[in-house]
Amino acid sequence: MNNTPEPPPLKNLLGDENEHLLIDGVPHALALGLKLIEMTRDNATVKLPYDPRFVGNPETGVIHGGAVTSLLDNVSGLAVFAAMEELTSIATLDLRIDYMRAATPGKDVIAHAHCYKVTRTIAFVRGTAYETTPDDPVATCTGAFMLGSNAGRKLGANTTGQGDLGDAGGGK
Amino acid sequence: MTTFLDREKLRTEAGLQAFVNSIPYAKFIGIEVRKVGGELTCVLPFKDDNVGNPMLPALHGGVVSALLETAAILQLIGEVESDHLPKPVNINIDYLRSAKPVETYARAFITKQGRRVANVHAEAWQETRDRPVAALHGHFLLAPRNRSDG
Repeated sequence: MNNTPEPPPLKNLLGDENEHLLIDGVPHALALGLKLIEMTRDNATVKLPYDPRFVGNPETGVIHGGAVTSLLDNVSGLAVFAAMEELTSIATLDLRIDYMRAATPGKDVIAHAHCYKVTRTIAFVRGTAYETTPDDPVATCTGAFMLGSNAGRKLGANTTGQGDLGDAGGGK
Repeated sequence: MTTFLDREKLRTEAGLQAFVNSIPYAKFIGIEVRKVGGELTCVLPFKDDNVGNPMLPALHGGVVSALLETAAILQLIGEVESDHLPKPVNINIDYLRSAKPVETYARAFITKQGRRVANVHAEAWQETRDRPVAALHGHFLLAPRNRSDG
């Protein structure tokens, strides 16, 4: 209780007025209606409000595994941003998701991710998705993210042809 | 619920598409189904809502993953007799290239089918099949252990 979590360095880089861009700047996060709950150093927590449009099994009303994956991918990326000393672009290198159980129909899903290691080029993350407590997870994930993934590529690079992730990391 | 997984209807492209449209999240990101010569391919037309990195722009990793997962599930439905949807146990996704803002395709192969669990491999590509943008391998539960856990 007496230890207030350290704010992420990103907070100073971005400023309060631009914090909303962490969600709003990512079209699919915005489309999913993700809400940033908290961001502390190396950590992020995001909520996916329950929405019938995200159901995967119409028999049961359970949220689609893909929506949970999008949520975990997104919160993991935010945890990487929360661990950065300087702002850079990131791209998911790989992601493993374990689905422990079906999410409860009608309930919001919360996801927390912790970026536990950052190297010059790669960030490593673990995450958990749950409704009420992380002790009763819906799904967990581990992922690796490439840092500086946009490096050496111009704005709109993907609309003009150049698209290899392989070009991205080694550049710096 | 045999009415939900009507295997006769699922043999045709139109039947498969109607089935995919009944899965809200698959419809939300816009997954389409093509069946050519018995080969099932999932197609994801580009739309702005599926972008994860607006600077390049590139598709959201979660969207590409959902496409691969749907391809895997449809392949299982087509090849494995079951009255229920296969459930993902775990999936691994490798993001191989930045997914451009263009149409994306996915195809899945059942690597090993056991009595209760299947191992599936799926690949997503854009311009050409031999330059995949992402690959999935995962395990799917073929029959629910307990009907009541839904």
